[in-house]
Amino acid sequence: MSDSDIVQDFLVESYENLDRLDRELVGLEKNPEDRDALASVFRTIHTIKGTCGFLGFNQLEKVAHVGENLLTRLRDGQLTLNRELTTALLEMVDAVRQMLGSIEATGGEGKRDDTKLIATLTRLQQLPEAQPVSKAAPLPATTPEGATSPSSIGDILMQTTSVTSAEIQFATEKQQEGDPRRLGEILVEQGAVQPGDIVDALRIQQSSRVHTAASDSTIRVDTGLLDKVMTLVGELVLARNQVLQFASCMKDPGFLAASHRLNLITTELQAGVMKTRMQPIGNIWGQFPRTVRDVALGCGKEVGIEMEGKETELDKTIIEAIKDPLTHLVRNSVDHGIELPEDRVKAGKDRAGRLILRAFHEGGQVNIEISDDGAGLNVERIRKKAVERALITPEQAIRMPEREIFNLIFLPGFSTAEKVTNVSGRGVGMDVVKTNVEKIGGTVDVQSTLGRGTTVRVKIPLTLAIIPALVVTCGGDRYAIPQVSLLELVRLKADQVSKGIELVHGAPVYRLRGRLLPLVYLSRELNLAADTRSATKSDGAINIVVVQADERRFGLVVDQINDTEEIVVKPLRKQLKTVKTFAGSSIMGDGKVALILDVLGLAQRAGVIAETRDRALTEKATDLAASAQEKQTFLLFAGPGDSRMAIPLSTLARLEEFPVAQVEMSGSQWVTQYRGQILPLVRLNVALEERRNKLRALQAPPALDSGPIQVLVLNHDGRSFGLVVERILDIVEDRADVRSAATRAAVLYSVVIGDRVTEMLDIPAILRGAGGSTKRRGLATKSTEVAN
Amino acid sequence: MAQTSQFCTFYLDKLLFGVELKGVQEVMRSLDMTKVPLAPEVVSGLINLRGQIVTAVDLRRRLELEPRPPGMLAMNVVVRSEDGAVSLLVDEIGDVVEVEETTFEPPPETLRGTVRTMILGVHKLNDRLMHVLDIEKACQMMDVAETVAAGR
Repeated sequence: MSDSDIVQDFLVESYENLDRLDRELVGLEKNPEDRDALASVFRTIHTIKGTCGFLGFNQLEKVAHVGENLLTRLRDGQLTLNRELTTALLEMVDAVRQMLGSIEATGGEGKRDDTKLIATLTRLQQLPEAQPVSKAAPLPATTPEGATSPSSIGDILMQTTSVTSAEIQFATEKQQEGDPRRLGEILVEQGAVQPGDIVDALRIQQSSRVHTAASDSTIRVDTGLLDKVMTLVGELVLARNQVLQFASCMKDPGFLAASHRLNLITTELQAGVMKTRMQPIGNIWGQFPRTVRDVALGCGKEVGIEMEGKETELDKTIIEAIKDPLTHLVRNSVDHGIELPEDRVKAGKDRAGRLILRAFHEGGQVNIEISDDGAGLNVERIRKKAVERALITPEQAIRMPEREIFNLIFLPGFSTAEKVTNVSGRGVGMDVVKTNVEKIGGTVDVQSTLGRGTTVRVKIPLTLAIIPALVVTCGGDRYAIPQVSLLELVRLKADQVSKGIELVHGAPVYRLRGRLLPLVYLSRELNLAADTRSATKSDGAINIVVVQADERRFGLVVDQINDTEEIVVKPLRKQLKTVKTFAGSSIMGDGKVALILDVLGLAQRAGVIAETRDRALTEKATDLAASAQEKQTFLLFAGPGDSRMAIPLSTLARLEEFPVAQVEMSGSQWVTQYRGQILPLVRLNVALEERRNKLRALQAPPALDSGPIQVLVLNHDGRSFGLVVERILDIVEDRADVRSAATRAAVLYSVVIGDRVTEMLDIPAILRGAGGSTKRRGLATKSTEVAN
Repeated sequence: MAQTSQFCTFYLDKLLFGVELKGVQEVMRSLDMTKVPLAPEVVSGLINLRGQIVTAVDLRRRLELEPRPPGMLAMNVVVRSEDGAVSLLVDEIGDVVEVEETTFEPPPETLRGTVRTMILGVHKLNDRLMHVLDIEKACQMMDVAETVAAGR
């Protein structure tokens, strides 16, 4: 074994040890009397110190050494672990970790100044004689009760040196009488052994410990090798699929039996190899108690962390991919979610907040929940912020349901933190969390109750390497659609096609249980030679694969639906990275290559989802607005020339009918006496008139021979006025979501209400146009006179 | 003695091309190919090379030569690029030739456009010139757009 191998082993082992230290120290802080944990912490630091002394990393050794001294006092009960001590020890762990990182990268410890840390650790020992007896041979430890440990230092010393059992007995007794020193130190002082012997003995002791601790049932395997085995199994799966296809057209019973066995064995082998890549999620959760502690301390909070389902297993690559997003979510929960202890007490909660991590399997996916019992998300604040940041319009904000509002926090540039803290509130993060989770085919969702807490739920697939997929044919080629984005399959028979598929201004849609499902023709999107007619097969039936991308459903029309299959995902090479409609490729049973559709990319290409998330959201909001309009009520009336016009019923005060005789002139303004007030009357036909005809029309007195006039009494800006219309038609409830731009002034837009195009009146514009201001009317009249 | 190197040669539209032999993984007959819709024009498709999925690049298109006449089956020269194996589609496979460095000359100044970036130079053989292809450049797709944009 070369030196670099030894260093490499040292690094791997030390990293694991450091992670354990984090956990154990945080655990110890809560329960300082746990002697076993303390002993374990001590051993870990000691091992690191011993090895780096051996490998010549002096700086590292120095830091570990003071840490060890401090731990000695703790272990011997001279000090009790408190927050200050824990922080200092954790700092030491960090320093060691940084040095290890530097050793890994450059081979050296790097230039560091740890005098402050060393001083802190030394000060915290607070004992008159802080240094051990012999500096040359730092004399480390046995377990607290040296003589009783399985292979005690005393036993080893007896085997390797001339020390007698009586001498050891004496030293042990001295320890039991209260001598704070370690067995080795006492023995050296007595002159029974040489310091060097003790170091040797300790090394023997340690190696025996390693052997008993690390169970023989596990081995370390290079992940590169595992990946290779995984690839080979993937290829075996493909070969198996090919054999099975042959088997289906072979009659030989022997061959059939053999292929059947091959099938079973391959499936089991695949499952077995997949398992080697599986890791319990506890591996990444392990660091969270430390994270929570540090963040909580940093912002003066008390937070306890609970974990459920640590053993839930995930593919190694996925574990790595979700580590950072999860860390961010945990930090966020502590920093934003959980309130300060005083506020919690005021709200009638425990001083200490609870953070609960849960992981469990569900439907081939892994759910990870991060819940806190903190303040919860403030809907109003998010709404306000989103409008301020122009992420949504005020109208959208009002109409958005709460759930949608919560999910706004995942938009880029969004942060509700009142102040920017060290930890979060910089407006980066949640969107990155979402992006990273989605990159591996997962989803994030947030639920919250104000004052009760927030739960973020992350759903991710178990593995990325082999996925179940639906294989379809289009334009003669096969494509695989990952099962995760699949919702259902719809087959329309020839006679259903003409009825079932409708067009919204040329865009095909299908009514799926009463909701319109936009249809995307795969052959058209992929510019395949065959036109859309090829989707309609000879029997005239069409196949719709209902898929979901980014919470939007759409129907993918394909030529043929083949089967579901487990496929091995192979990434596309960089020559094809620009093609966003494909997520990868795979080899089918017959040895041909099939492309794996990227449903999200396809949806973007087809325009089902806008390119950027912001726009997608805006559209979603518009959708919501439209559905909110379902209940909107309109007053329909006839305008000049029998045109259909409407106003929202909410703007109407009353409907009145006046005989023409009651209409009086006030200047050129029609007025009438209404409930003891003078009600100005605005004639719709005048208001909508072209400008040059307007003045003449304005001055025309009411034609006395006509019947009673129909007046809509409206309130605007606190004033009442009457709008004279030709005829009142109806009051209807309608969605009114098919809109087009206005064609004339005083009209907001045109909508389809009750199957007919209807103009939506712009009431403020009408008031302006009809001359709400006396001054302007005066001027206008004067100019008319001049013109006359 | 001058240094020699070995080249795997092939023909494209009657021109002789060569790639360094050590960069060539294997040479295959025409293989079943899966089209990739929406892909850049130079990508002919994907082929299954014993369980490995390899992108096939049509060198005629890549080098802006006349398209391959219909009915002519392309041969695969599978080369090792930085990004894994890539299959170059060529008309016909030639011999492996051993050439001395002294016969090499850089491309003439009059050679312009995209092609210049992909041709390192020529070796003067006895009877004809062998174009030396830069495998990495030939396998890069992004450069096409860039150089085309720059060239026009």
